[in-house]
Amino acid sequence: MLAAVGIRSVDDLLVAIPERARRPRLGVPAGLSELELHQELSRIASQDRPAGSGPFFLGAGVYRRYIPAAVPVLATRGEFLTAYTPYQPEVSQGTLQAIWEYQSLVAELLGFDVSNASMYDGSTALAEAALLAVRATGRHRVVVAHDVHPHARAVLRAYAHGPDLEIVEVADTVALTENATGAACLITQNPSFFGTIVDLRAVAEAAHAAGALAVASVEPVSCALLEPPGACGIDVGVGDGQPLGIPMTFGGPYVGMMAATSALVRQMPGRIVGATSDEDGTRGFVNTLQTREQHIRREKATSNICTNEAVYAIHAAIYLALMGPRGLASVAARSVEQAHRAAERLAALPGCAVTNDGPFFFEFTLRTPLGATALRDALLRDSITAGYPLGHDFPDRADEILVCCTELTTDDDIARLATSIASEMSRAGAPAPARRPAPRSKAVPA
Amino acid sequence: MTRRFPESGAATAEPALEPLLFELAREGRGNGHVPSAETPAAVPERFRRKATLRLPELAEQQVVRHFMHLAQLNYAVDTGFYPLGSCTMKYNPKINDRIASLPGFADLHPLQPDADAQGALRLIWELERLLAGITGMPEVSLQPAAGAHAEFTAILMFKAYHASRGEAAKRRRVIVPDSAHGTNPSSAAMCGFDVTTVPSDARGNVDLAALEATLGDDVVGMMLTNPNTLGLFEERLEEVIAAVHRVGGLMYGDGANMNALLGIARPGDLGFDVIHLNLHKTFSTPHGAGGPGAGPVLANEKLAPFLPVPRVVRDAGGAFHLTEDRPRSVGRVRAFHGNYGVLVRAYSYIRNLGEDGLRACGEDAILAANYLLALLRPAFDVAYDRPCMHEFVLSAAAQKKAGASALDVSKALIDEGFHPPTVYFPLIVSEALMIEPTETEPKETLDAFAAALRRIAERVKTDPASVHDTPRTAPLRRLDEVGAARRPRLRWRAGS
Repeated sequence: MLAAVGIRSVDDLLVAIPERARRPRLGVPAGLSELELHQELSRIASQDRPAGSGPFFLGAGVYRRYIPAAVPVLATRGEFLTAYTPYQPEVSQGTLQAIWEYQSLVAELLGFDVSNASMYDGSTALAEAALLAVRATGRHRVVVAHDVHPHARAVLRAYAHGPDLEIVEVADTVALTENATGAACLITQNPSFFGTIVDLRAVAEAAHAAGALAVASVEPVSCALLEPPGACGIDVGVGDGQPLGIPMTFGGPYVGMMAATSALVRQMPGRIVGATSDEDGTRGFVNTLQTREQHIRREKATSNICTNEAVYAIHAAIYLALMGPRGLASVAARSVEQAHRAAERLAALPGCAVTNDGPFFFEFTLRTPLGATALRDALLRDSITAGYPLGHDFPDRADEILVCCTELTTDDDIARLATSIASEMSRAGAPAPARRPAPRSKAVPA
Repeated sequence: MTRRFPESGAATAEPALEPLLFELAREGRGNGHVPSAETPAAVPERFRRKATLRLPELAEQQVVRHFMHLAQLNYAVDTGFYPLGSCTMKYNPKINDRIASLPGFADLHPLQPDADAQGALRLIWELERLLAGITGMPEVSLQPAAGAHAEFTAILMFKAYHASRGEAAKRRRVIVPDSAHGTNPSSAAMCGFDVTTVPSDARGNVDLAALEATLGDDVVGMMLTNPNTLGLFEERLEEVIAAVHRVGGLMYGDGANMNALLGIARPGDLGFDVIHLNLHKTFSTPHGAGGPGAGPVLANEKLAPFLPVPRVVRDAGGAFHLTEDRPRSVGRVRAFHGNYGVLVRAYSYIRNLGEDGLRACGEDAILAANYLLALLRPAFDVAYDRPCMHEFVLSAAAQKKAGASALDVSKALIDEGFHPPTVYFPLIVSEALMIEPTETEPKETLDAFAAALRRIAERVKTDPASVHDTPRTAPLRRLDEVGAARRPRLRWRAGS
C-alpha cells in the first residue's frame, strides 16, 4: 500500500501537522484482549446495585418496566444497529419504514397529526418544543410549571440562554394558566413530576386564549388510559420514550418523542420520514420536508439537530407492536393499581401522608416523619430502593419522597416497603404528627 | 419489485416490499406479554382516554418476521463496506454491546444514590481522563447526546465566557469556514449569534487573509473542523488560531474527523479552547441507523468552569460523587448523565485498543484513505490534490459533463454491492464524492471498491444512460422525494 501511495512510511503523510505536536503520548493503558476486557468491565459493573436486586420504587422520569424478549432481539440486529442516517433510501428501507411506523404509533398514542423521527431525549424535546413555540408566535417568553421534571426545566433554562428567552417558572398548573399573557407557550407535564393527573384542557384553553401555544410532556404508557395531549387541545406533545421497551442504562440513551398538530409541521425540528413511491410505483419511504434542516438551511434551520435516536425509536415501535392496545393499557392499569395499593398501605402508617394535590397515576409523594434522604438511605440496607427524595430539587419538601410503582411491582415488594418504613420510624422514635392538612386525593383514605 | 416477502400474505394499499404493521394487524391478535388488567377506579372518568387507541394487534411471530424483513432491507456496516465520508463507519466490535448490557450498567436507574452507582460513576470519571489524554484537553463533560448537541453546548460556553468578562453585548459573530458542516452555523444561530462564512484557499485551507480581514473585537470565536471536510489538515492552523485569539475570540474544534488524529496529534496541543468528540464515529459505538451518538465536550483550563453540570468528582477516600457546584456552568443540556450506554461502549473500545492500538487506528485510517485516493486518481478529478488524512473528496464534474452526475455514480455503486459515499458535500466541491474508508477494512475491500468505481467511470464514457438508470438490484429503484415533500404522508391512517 505504501508503494501505491508513493511513500516510505505514514510519516510522509503527516507533513502538514506541526512537528512539535506529532505522535503525542496519550497516557492510555495497554490494550486488553476481549476476555480481559470482559473481566475488567464486569468488575466495574459489579460495583453498582442493579435495580433488579431488590424492591424498587424509584421512577421520577425513568421507569423500570417489563421488556418483552423480542424487543432487544429485533432492535439490536446489526442491520439496524450498524447502519447510519438513511441518506440512501434505496438501501435503507428497513430503517425508514420502521421510523415511519414509529411516527405513526407515537402520533396515535399522543393523539396528534404528526410525529417527527425522534429527538435525543424527553428533556431536549421539551426545550426544542419551546423554541418551536418561539418561532411560531414570535414571542420570547416561556412559562413552565414546577410540576415539569426538574432536569427538563434545567435543560430549558440552558437552551434559553442561546436565543436569550425569558423563562418564567411558576408553582403549578393553576399558576400556569394565570400567567399566559404574552407567552410563546405554556409548558406542563402529565402526569406531573409528582405523579398527579393534570388538567391538560385547562392549560390548552388558557394558552390559546392568550395567543400562546400549549406544550405538554407526557409519559407514553399513561396515554393508553389518560386522554392524550392531542385530544386535549395541546399543540405540541413531547416526552421520553424510555418506558417503551428501553433499558434504564443510568440515564440513556433513550428517545425523545415530539408530536404536533399538522399546522406546526414545517416548524418542527428534526428528521421526518414520509411515504412515497419509487420509479416502478412501489411504496417506499424517504427523509422529507428537509428544507427545515441544517444541512440545507444552515443558520436558518429550525434546529441544529442532524440525527435522531433511530435505534431506540425502533425499540419503541417494536414494543408497541408487541403490546398492542390491550397490552399497553394493562401495563398502565397494573402500574396504577399497585401505586394506589402502596399509597393506601403507606398512608396508614403513623405520621405518614400522601401529599398529591389531586388524583395520582402510578407515582405519588409520601411525607414521613423522617427526612426523605435519610429514609431512602436507611432502606437501602434492606435492599429496598424507596424512591426519589424531593429535597434535592424542592428544598421545602425535604420530608417527602416520590414513590413509583410499575407492572413489575409485586404485592410482596409493597409489603416489604411498608414494613421497612415502619421499623425505621420506630427505630427513630415516636412519629411526629402530620404537619399538613389531609391529602385531597380521593384515592387515599383520610 | 413488490411483495419481496410474500409469505406475510397481507394485502397492502399499494405495491409494497413489506406490509405495514397496520396492514398486518387483525383485531384480537397478540397480547400475553403482561397479565390483563382493567382501568382502576382510581383514574377519574373525566381524565380517561375517550378515543380508541388504534395500535395494531399482532401475534409475536408476525412482529418478529416484520422487523426481520425490514432489517434485511438495510445496508449496514455489518453487511458491507460503508465509506460514508465524515461519518467514520468503522466496524463496531460486538463485545462493546455485550458490556453495555451488563446489569450493573443496563439495569441502573440514573437517580440511584451515588453509593449504589460507584461502578457507573467510576466509568464516567475514567472515560473523562482517557479522553483528556487522547485529546490534550484537560476537562471533559460527557453529557451532550450528539455532535450537534455538543456544538451548541460549546457555543453556549463561549457566550458565558464572554459574558463573564462583560463582553456579551459586543461579541455577536461566529466565524465558520465555507467547508463546514451545516450544524456549525446552525448551532451558532441557536445561540443567537450571526454567522460569518470565510472562504477556503486554493490548497483547501482556511483563506488566512480573508479570515484576518473579517476578524474584530465583535467576534465570539471560530468553529473549525480539523482535518477539515475535505479530509485535509489545515496547513496554517497555528496562524489561524493565533489570529482568532489575537482579537479575543475563542477557538472551537469540531471533532467530526478526530479518527485521523488518534495518537497522531492532540487538539489541546494545537491551541483549541473547546472541542467535541463523536463517540459513535471515532470510538466505534454503533451509529444506530441515525442515533444514538454521544458528543462529549472537552475544554482547556480557561473554558472548563463553563462546562455543563453535573460533574463527577472523586473524594479523598476514592469514592465518586456527582456535583452541581460549578457556579459559572452553562447548566444542564440533557437530563441525567448523557447517553450513558454509548459512553460504556466507547470506554470499552478504548481499553480494548490501548495506546498503541489507538495510534494504529489513526495511522491505518490515513493510509487506507491515501491508498484509495491513489487508486481512484486516474479515474476522477481530485478537488484539492495533496496528501489527505482519513478521507478525501473526489469531483464527478467530468462525469457530469459526460452525462452521469455524482448522484448517478453513487447509485451505480449500490448495484456494485457497496454503500455510496457522502455526495454533494462539502458544498465547495462541485459533484462531490466524499470517501472515508476507515481503518477496519482489509486491502481487498479497498481494491474491490476502487475497481467498482473505475468500472463505473468507464461506463460513464460509453453509456452514461445506463449509469443514470441505477440502482437496479436494490430493494427499490430511485424514490420520488419531490412528491414526498409536496404531498406529505407522515403517518398511517385507517383507510389510507
